[in-house]
Amino acid sequence: MSEEFNDNKTIHAQSSETISGGGSSAAPDIDYVRPAEVEEQDLYHGHSFITKWVFCQDAKVIGVQYFLLATFTGIVGLILSWLMRLQLGFPGAAGFMTAEHYYQFVTMHGMIMVVYFLTALFLGGFGNYLIPLMVGARDMVFPYLNMVSFWMFFIAVGVLMASFFVPGGPTGAGWTLYPPQTILEGTPGSGAGILLMCLSLILFVAGFTMGGLNYLITILQARTRGMTLMRMPLTVWGIFTATVLAMLAFPALLVGALMMSLDKVLGTSFFMPTILKAGEVLEYGGGSPILFQHLFWFFGHPEVYIVALPAFGIVSDLISVHSRKNIFGYRMMVWAIVGIGALSFFVWAHHMYVSGMNPWFGFFFATTTLIIAVPTAMKVYNWILTLWRGNIRMNTVMLWCLGFIVTFVNGGITGIFLGNVSVDVPLSDTYFVIAHFHMVMGIAPLMVIMGAVYHWFPLVSGRFLDEKLGKWHFWTTFLGAYSIYFPMHYLGFIGVPRRYFEMYDSPYMTSAVGMNEFISLAAFLVGAAQFILIYNIIKTLKTGKRAGSNPWKACSLEWLTPSVPPEHGNWGDRLPVVHRWCYDYSVPGAKEDFITQTTPPSEVQNTGVEKT
Amino acid sequence: MSDPKIEGLELKPGFRGMAQDTGSDQTMFKGVHWGKAMMWIFLLSDTFIFSCFLISYMKGRGSTPVEWPNPSEVFALNAFGVPVPLLLIAIMTFVLITSSGTMALAVKYGYEKNRKMCGWLVLATALGGLTFVGMQAFEWSKLIHEGVRPWENPFGAPQFGSFFFMITGFHGTHVTFGVIFLFIYAYKVFAGHYDEGKRGWFTTMKGDYVEIEILGLYWHFVDLVWVFIFAFFYLW
Repeated sequence: MSEEFNDNKTIHAQSSETISGGGSSAAPDIDYVRPAEVEEQDLYHGHSFITKWVFCQDAKVIGVQYFLLATFTGIVGLILSWLMRLQLGFPGAAGFMTAEHYYQFVTMHGMIMVVYFLTALFLGGFGNYLIPLMVGARDMVFPYLNMVSFWMFFIAVGVLMASFFVPGGPTGAGWTLYPPQTILEGTPGSGAGILLMCLSLILFVAGFTMGGLNYLITILQARTRGMTLMRMPLTVWGIFTATVLAMLAFPALLVGALMMSLDKVLGTSFFMPTILKAGEVLEYGGGSPILFQHLFWFFGHPEVYIVALPAFGIVSDLISVHSRKNIFGYRMMVWAIVGIGALSFFVWAHHMYVSGMNPWFGFFFATTTLIIAVPTAMKVYNWILTLWRGNIRMNTVMLWCLGFIVTFVNGGITGIFLGNVSVDVPLSDTYFVIAHFHMVMGIAPLMVIMGAVYHWFPLVSGRFLDEKLGKWHFWTTFLGAYSIYFPMHYLGFIGVPRRYFEMYDSPYMTSAVGMNEFISLAAFLVGAAQFILIYNIIKTLKTGKRAGSNPWKACSLEWLTPSVPPEHGNWGDRLPVVHRWCYDYSVPGAKEDFITQTTPPSEVQNTGVEKT
Repeated sequence: MSDPKIEGLELKPGFRGMAQDTGSDQTMFKGVHWGKAMMWIFLLSDTFIFSCFLISYMKGRGSTPVEWPNPSEVFALNAFGVPVPLLLIAIMTFVLITSSGTMALAVKYGYEKNRKMCGWLVLATALGGLTFVGMQAFEWSKLIHEGVRPWENPFGAPQFGSFFFMITGFHGTHVTFGVIFLFIYAYKVFAGHYDEGKRGWFTTMKGDYVEIEILGLYWHFVDLVWVFIFAFFYLW
């Protein structure tokens, strides 16, 4: 090892002098990395319980806080879905359940799962924990703002949960909150319920904006030396693009929620047309309910990708690590993520085919919708080609990834059905739609979350989750989820409408009774299976097998911290210097089957590494 | 800082070089302060908020069956017994645009480390903003006095009042927050926080004159949004 190399490796991040062999040296320095151009970040270190664990400015702690709170809301959403399935499978079995309750549970289940569970978990949870570690930063760039972001989310969840306890209960207008019925008497929770929902959404958007600015600037402006954009893990790309989408899509939700609250409180008529009620004309008049649908879905469709893109990114990394191969077509994957993100802003009205739109608009939005299938399919091919002839570890993480691919392809194909106007119109508002979006943006991202939990738990806690319990968890969830959602496609085809409290006696619906019972039983089972994970985590924290550093033999930076779990500041004295992308697995000629991102080229000279 | 020539490190010409430079290590926007980059992205997000408001306004104005009030009559002001259309609004706009000018000068003097000039100019900007908010309050109270409410108005479509109060209110809130921060920053400039690099009250970040520029970006944005609101509400 040459003197020069030693110099390079020990370069302090603060130093700004150029490091090279100097002008006199004839041979070019192959380990050269451009000098530091970002100042060392000074961090506020917590010194009491409150500043270390409660009002903490460390992105990793904030990530775990987001994760736990999102999981809590997720469990509330899960319990609501149990109650719904109880009513659908066995009408009347839950004695207290009225139609109003059912609508409220549907609404809250939808909103909780999409916004307060999946979005918060992927961006708040994984984003906070992984971004600084993966790009080699000491923390997020604005740690204080990051802390406020979490506590805004906390308040938003509090306000949302409070709506269960106000007179009239939470809103029961469906998670899409379509006016005018949302704020009219007769809809459950049309008083305090809908106001708290709007307030909670506004708080969530405000809190998310603070977090989102952090994620974006950390990725754009605070990477470590050598970490070019095209060396970043796809996880970071996914979270980055999703955050951009969120920054541009949430404004529409904010405006919609604000205008809806004004319609309710001040009696404005933004969304309210002239309404006759029991022969009397209401005070409202002249507004446009369709305007709300546009605002909502301009947020709502990118929201689908806010959930999906981080999942795409994370699953790419998990598949690559656990099949010991570089991700197939990295650049294609990056551009697919960016392309899907951009296209997602031009498809929103495919949720509104039945709103009476001009057929030419339907044609336009059907076209853009189907175009999205192209980059998405490229990603699926690339995942499969990554697995192709890989050295696959059939562990729990890999099982979740494979489960994701299958489920995602399934849900994606039904999406192609629904993207076409002529197919969508008869299927609209049936269980086919329920099956489609639960598969594609419910179960599929959830599988990635589970895989990611099994993958990164050793980093967060220093211990492996139990594999046996993990496999039980996976197979119950996977087979159970298919038992729930596969029959629903059929229910949709025979025309069973969604959001119905009871199927009553109509002939085509009675044929669905047995199926509904079966689906409900499966739903109870799948829900219960999730508690295996919670048990697994509690058990592992006490007695799990110790993981040590870099247990999966991964290349990316988050596994290369000096201490595991990483401490505040992440990197000890010196920031890492990156020499390659994070997918150098199974390189021909290398000693081991992985070359970490910090390994300089001089150490792996006679191997087949490609220049990245 | 000049990089030594290393094989393969020099930028390729044209688009490839641009992409290479954009994606190069550490920062995408070279030499740009974190806070400044953050403000730009925040403003992009805020642009979407105001766009949603204004597009909703266009849609609302287009779909109401009742006639829209004539802005040059509604917003007219009696000066010396003659109704002058858009008089108040012209003065408001002039004051706000002028405050953008003082803000830009404050940024210039800030970077020149001219503490006094910078401080006075920030203060002048704050006072300009305050005048604007005051005149807006006057305009609101005049309209309310004439019977305009968010849910109705005597001049025509009730949506006129709804959109007017909501959008100017949202913009006014932006201006108000701007004014509050301008006063705080004026104090910080005069107290020399940016010369000494004194740490912030909450964020514990070191003070730097770049913060004046960051606040300036926000202020110019608020002014720009006003130009659009002006065009859509008062001239349409």
